[in-house]
Amino acid sequence: MTAALQLTGVRKDFVLRGRGSAARFTAVRDLDLTVAGGEFLAIVGPSGCGKSTLLDLVAGLTAPSAGTIELDGVPVVGPGTDRGVVFQQYALLPWRTARGNVELGLEAVGVPRRLRAARAQEHLDLVGLTGFEDRYPHELSGGMKQRVAIARALAVDPQVLLMDEPFAALDAQTRESLQDELLRIWRATGKTVLFITHGIDEAVYLGQRVAVMSSRPGRITRTIDIDLDPQPGRDVRSDPAFGRLRHEVWSELQAPQHDREVAHV
Amino acid sequence: MSSSVLTRPTAPLDPPPPDYQRRAGIGVDDLPIPSRTARARTRAARAVTASAAIVVFAGLWEVAPRLGLVDRVFLPPLSSALAALGDLAASGELWVHVRASVSRALVGLSIAVAAAVPLGALIGRSPRVARFLSPLLELFRNTAALALLPVFVLILGIGETSKVALVVYACFFPILLSTITGVRTVDPLLVKSARSLGIRPVALFTKVTLPAAVPTIFTGIRMAGAASILVLVAAEMVGARAGLGYLVTASQQNFQIPAMYAGILAIAFVGIAINTALLLIERRVSRWRPAA
Repeated sequence: MTAALQLTGVRKDFVLRGRGSAARFTAVRDLDLTVAGGEFLAIVGPSGCGKSTLLDLVAGLTAPSAGTIELDGVPVVGPGTDRGVVFQQYALLPWRTARGNVELGLEAVGVPRRLRAARAQEHLDLVGLTGFEDRYPHELSGGMKQRVAIARALAVDPQVLLMDEPFAALDAQTRESLQDELLRIWRATGKTVLFITHGIDEAVYLGQRVAVMSSRPGRITRTIDIDLDPQPGRDVRSDPAFGRLRHEVWSELQAPQHDREVAHV
Repeated sequence: MSSSVLTRPTAPLDPPPPDYQRRAGIGVDDLPIPSRTARARTRAARAVTASAAIVVFAGLWEVAPRLGLVDRVFLPPLSSALAALGDLAASGELWVHVRASVSRALVGLSIAVAAAVPLGALIGRSPRVARFLSPLLELFRNTAALALLPVFVLILGIGETSKVALVVYACFFPILLSTITGVRTVDPLLVKSARSLGIRPVALFTKVTLPAAVPTIFTGIRMAGAASILVLVAAEMVGARAGLGYLVTASQQNFQIPAMYAGILAIAFVGIAINTALLLIERRVSRWRPAA
């Protein structure tokens, strides 16, 4: 498979301005990551490890201090419709209906009005929101809002779907059903998915591979292949293999920081 | 302030399962549903509470002069003020003054909106423009509008222009400040997600920043609406041949005291009407917000 997304030696520094002094804070350093076309890659890491920074970089919302980010060999220089982002807090425009929100990205691309409505409808159907097109965000539940956000990200037909802890704000039941929905949508659309989470179970359940990220500065310490096949009606989470993989990811996250430093040298 | 809708959702909840009442042991029949008459009674009780203070005030105004508690000549009973108002309305004189005042107020308010919203948006988005203009705007803002009335009259003459200019000046700052606040307090996540969809800066402003700021801007517009009548009446008292402020002073000078009170009542009604109209427009443009 082709490498859809290629990150090489990516670093991101932030300048923290104090009183009369400026300190440099490195959020992400020496980060290498390859995501194949059509792959579902989950990145798991502790809070504050630079996961969101990494996603902002891939989305083109911020520029790396060093290193390169390439999508199908083309460097990422800014936001673009080849990447769709889903945020944890939905980020829907409260004055637009579900349909209006999905149409937002289509307006930016310049899709004619008639086609916009059809495209929006098609994607709302895809995420299972048929009949809720004219609802405003405040009339929708958290899970439904996140479905709208997913439809909005997919409507511009991106190659890569970037998801930043999209289900973290949802209750456990809604989260599980949306995880299955996401897998279904991923299979139906064949998009490359970069899914960021702090939940080990979620990462192991969803990802074909799980990349473990360390903190301060953030970098990928290991990627673990997941050979589970979560299908509807199959309780993968009770599979002994799931527990083993879960433990493997957990151990990697527990590994003391300096060991990894040594291992890297 | 009404910008609370822009904050992040607090507790996302999915709809309860259809049989949640049975699961929770709640019988649908147990829920007390108020009957139609009971609801009508609560509504009537509420209306009585809401109008009680007004009724007491009107009663005092009516009775006090009649009982000789105050001088009838200087404070005639409410009924004679209302009668004077009726006469003014019947003769058509009232409408001349109302039209003069309302058109000045609305023209001034419209110009202020047209000028203050773009400038506020610019200041709200650019810290450099803000640093440059803030001291000057602060100086102007703290200069009482009425203190500038002689200047406006001197430069623009005693006609319509000086009065409209004064209204513009008084309306400008509430709208400017609320626009700056509105544009600055737009949820950064909305901007970030719109940018991630590839939306360019100009579209980002018209499709995200400005609509998000509308509720806050409208708070300023309503404050400006109240301010417009306030300064306009004062300006009309100083030099005008029509307008409600002129009606009040002219009646006083001609010792038509009931007509003077009629003019004051008309000013109050016009003020309420403008505020109500602005509220209705505000509700119309922010229909997407959850009912308060």
